[in-house]
Amino acid sequence: MLIAVLQRVQEKIGFLPEDAMKMIAERLSLSLNNVYGVASFYKHFHFKPRGKNIVKVCMGTACHVRGARSVLTEMEQQLGIKEGETTKDMSVTLETVGCVGCCALAPVVTINDKDLFGELTPRMVDDIINSVRSEHGTHV
Amino acid sequence: MELTFKRLENVKDLDNLHKKLRKEHQESTAHRVRVCCGTACQATGSLKLIDQFEKEAAQKQVNLEIVKTGCQGFCQRGPVVIQDPQEIFYQKVKVADVPTLFSDSVLHGVPYRKQLYREFALSDPNEKVQDIPFYKKQKRLALHRNGVVDPCNIYDAIREDGYAGLAKVITEMKPDEVIEIMKKSGLRGRGGAGFPAGLKWEHTKKSGAKIKAVVCNGDEGDPGAFMDRSLMEGDPHSVLEGMLINAYAIGAQFGYIYVRHEYPLAVKNLGVAINQARSLGLLGKNILGSSLEFDIEIKEGAGAFVCGESTALVASLEGERGMPRPRPPRLSEAAGGLWNMPTNLNNVETFANVPTIITKGLDYYTKIGTEKSKGTKVFALTGKIKNTGLIEVPMGITLREIIFDIGGGMLNPERQFKAVQTGGPSGGCIPAQFLDMQVDFDTLATVGSIMGSGGMVVLDEDDCMVDVAKFFLSFTKSESCGKCPPCRVGTWQMYEILDRITAGRGEKGDIERLEKMGKLVVAGSLCGLGNSAPNPVLSTIKYFREEYEEHVNDKYCRAKRCQGMGSYRILPEHCILCGLCKQACAFDAVVELRDKFFIDQDYCTRCKACYSVCPTEAILIEKRSAHAETRK
Repeated sequence: MLIAVLQRVQEKIGFLPEDAMKMIAERLSLSLNNVYGVASFYKHFHFKPRGKNIVKVCMGTACHVRGARSVLTEMEQQLGIKEGETTKDMSVTLETVGCVGCCALAPVVTINDKDLFGELTPRMVDDIINSVRSEHGTHV
Repeated sequence: MELTFKRLENVKDLDNLHKKLRKEHQESTAHRVRVCCGTACQATGSLKLIDQFEKEAAQKQVNLEIVKTGCQGFCQRGPVVIQDPQEIFYQKVKVADVPTLFSDSVLHGVPYRKQLYREFALSDPNEKVQDIPFYKKQKRLALHRNGVVDPCNIYDAIREDGYAGLAKVITEMKPDEVIEIMKKSGLRGRGGAGFPAGLKWEHTKKSGAKIKAVVCNGDEGDPGAFMDRSLMEGDPHSVLEGMLINAYAIGAQFGYIYVRHEYPLAVKNLGVAINQARSLGLLGKNILGSSLEFDIEIKEGAGAFVCGESTALVASLEGERGMPRPRPPRLSEAAGGLWNMPTNLNNVETFANVPTIITKGLDYYTKIGTEKSKGTKVFALTGKIKNTGLIEVPMGITLREIIFDIGGGMLNPERQFKAVQTGGPSGGCIPAQFLDMQVDFDTLATVGSIMGSGGMVVLDEDDCMVDVAKFFLSFTKSESCGKCPPCRVGTWQMYEILDRITAGRGEKGDIERLEKMGKLVVAGSLCGLGNSAPNPVLSTIKYFREEYEEHVNDKYCRAKRCQGMGSYRILPEHCILCGLCKQACAFDAVVELRDKFFIDQDYCTRCKACYSVCPTEAILIEKRSAHAETRK
C-alpha cells in the first residue's frame, strides 16, 4: 500500500518533498520514520526536485563491456554535471540505471523512459543532447 | 480494431472458440506481416514501419494484417519483419524499404533481397526464419508464442493453444495429479537457484491453510538479462496460464505479478492481458464453469535488486522495505508468505513453461534436456558477440554451440574469445577451456558459476577480468540491502581493493585478501545476494589469476582497459604523424620531434587519452621497463 501511494505521489509531483511524506505518514497512520525508511530504500524514489528531462545511461554488463563508461563521461562533460545531478536550469537530470534490458543495442541511453538510443559512441552524445534540447523546447 | 468479449461459460466454449479462430486464421486470405514490437525493435523504429505498412495497404486497397508481436529474439538485426505464410525474414528494415517490400514480397511473394539476412556482407541470403543459423539450433517452448502472436490480443493466444493447458487440468485432472506431473517433469525454477517447481507447489499445498497466494517474480534485476521482460511483453498469457494452473493445483485464490518498474511495456501488456482474460472469464470467479476462483494483480517494483530474493520480494509486496529475512518459516509454510498466507513464488519463465508441460505431456517434455535439468532455458546472449538477442535452447547444449553457432562468433573476428559470464552479479566467468561443457544447472555450478536467470555476456581479449569483477561488485555493493554486515561492509571493502588494483595501486597480498574476504562474505550473509556477491571475483581469480598478478605486480593491464597501467610508447612504423595524440594529451607528455613523436614517461599519467584518439593504433601499452624515454 505504502509503496503504491509513494509511487502515485511521485508521479504527480516528480519527487517526494518532506511535507508530502509527512502527510502520507499521517493519513496511513504510520510514523514518518517508517515512510522515509521505505522511500529511501528504493532507488525509484527521489527527495530532490528532478529536471524536466531524465537522461538515463544504462550501466548493465553488456553496456559496460561495450563502453558505457566513456558515453557517461562524455555526457557528464557536455552537460557539465555529474551522474545523479540536475542542470542548473532544471532541464536535464543525468542518471545511471542497472539495466534497461536492451542489451543487443548496447551501449544504451534512454530519455524520459520513452525514447531509446542504442549502439552509441561518445561522438553521438552530442546528437542526443541536441534532441533532448530541441524536442522538449528547453535550453541546456 | 476494437475487440469484443463474451464470457466463456465452460471448457466447451473455449474449445469452440479455439477451433473457430483456427479456421478463420487458415481460411483468411489477408496478407500478413509480423512486425516485432519488442523494446529493442521499437527503439530502432518498428512503430514507424507499421504506420508505413498501413499507408501502403490503404493506398493499394489491400487487406493487410499487421501483427504487432513481442520480441522475436534477434534484437541485433532489428527492426525485424516476418512475412507470412512463407515466413520470410527481413532484418534492419527501414521506412524507405516498406513500399518495395510491400509490393514485391507481400503482394507477389518475391523476396525483397536487400533486407534479407546475410551471415556476411557478401554471402548468399537466408530467406526463411528456420534457415537462419541464429534460429536453427533453438528450441522454443516457453517462447513458442513470442513473435507469433499479438500480446495485446487474447484471441491470438487462444488460437495458438493458449489456455488449453488450463482447460485440460480443469476437466481431466485432480489438483494432486497436476502436482505429480510437475514433480515428474523435473521442471526446475528458472529464477536461478533451480529448486524443483513441483516440490515447491507440494509444500505450499501441504501447508493446510485455506487461503493461499501465487506470486510471479518478474523483478529481473540482473544486468545483462532480459528474458522475463521479453516473455511478459511478448506472451503474457503463457505467464497467466501458468499461474492459473498453479492456483488450481495448490488451491490458491490470489495472484500477484511483481514487475520491475524499468519495464513499462511489460506492465502495460500484462495489464491488457489480465483485463482481457477477466472479460473472457478466465480470471475471476467460476473460471470456465469450474469452482476455480483466482485473480491476478500487477505490483510494480520500486527499484531494488535484492527484491528478486523471495522473502524480500514478499516484504516489498507488503509495502515494507525489501529486506530478506531468515527462513524458516518458508514462504510456502503457514504464516510464512505474503500477508501470512502460504505463498508459492516462481519466476516468470517457470510459469511460462507450465502450460507446455501440461498440453504436450510428460513424455514430450522429459525427453528434452539432461538427466537432472529438464526442458529448455531462455538466455539473453549479449556482449562481444555477432548475433545478440534472446535465445531458447535445450538444456545440455554446449557453450560452444551457443556462442559460435547461434551467436555467430565474436563481434570483432580479430579478437579471441576470452570468457563468458553467466548468471549476472551472482554468477561467474567461464574461460575458454570449458567451452565444450554442457549447459545445465549442475555442470555450471561445478566450474564456479551458476545458471542464474539466464544472462550470458561474452567477453573478448579487450575485456579486463579485474575490471569486470569490479563492475559486478560495484553493482552488488550498491544493491546490498544493508541487513548483514558481512555483505554490506565486505562488498564495499572488496570493491575498494579492486578499485585500487585497477588504478595501478595494488599491493602485495591484495589477491589473497580478496579471496579471504570473499569466503567470509559468502559465509556470513543471509540471502542469495550476499551468498553469491563474491562469485564474480572468486571465479575470475580462479581462472585468470595471472591477470590479477599482472595488475598488482607489474602494474599492467593486458586488455588495455584500466587507466594508470603499463607504459605508453608510440610505434614509429605505425605512426602517421597526425599529431592527434599531442592535442589529446592534457599533461604535455607527447613530445614532437622533427621526424617522430614520443611519450615522455616523466610527464605521462597513463590516462589513455592518446591511446583512444590514435587512428592507426600506433600507441602501444606494454609492461613498464627500466629504460624509459624522457625529454632529458
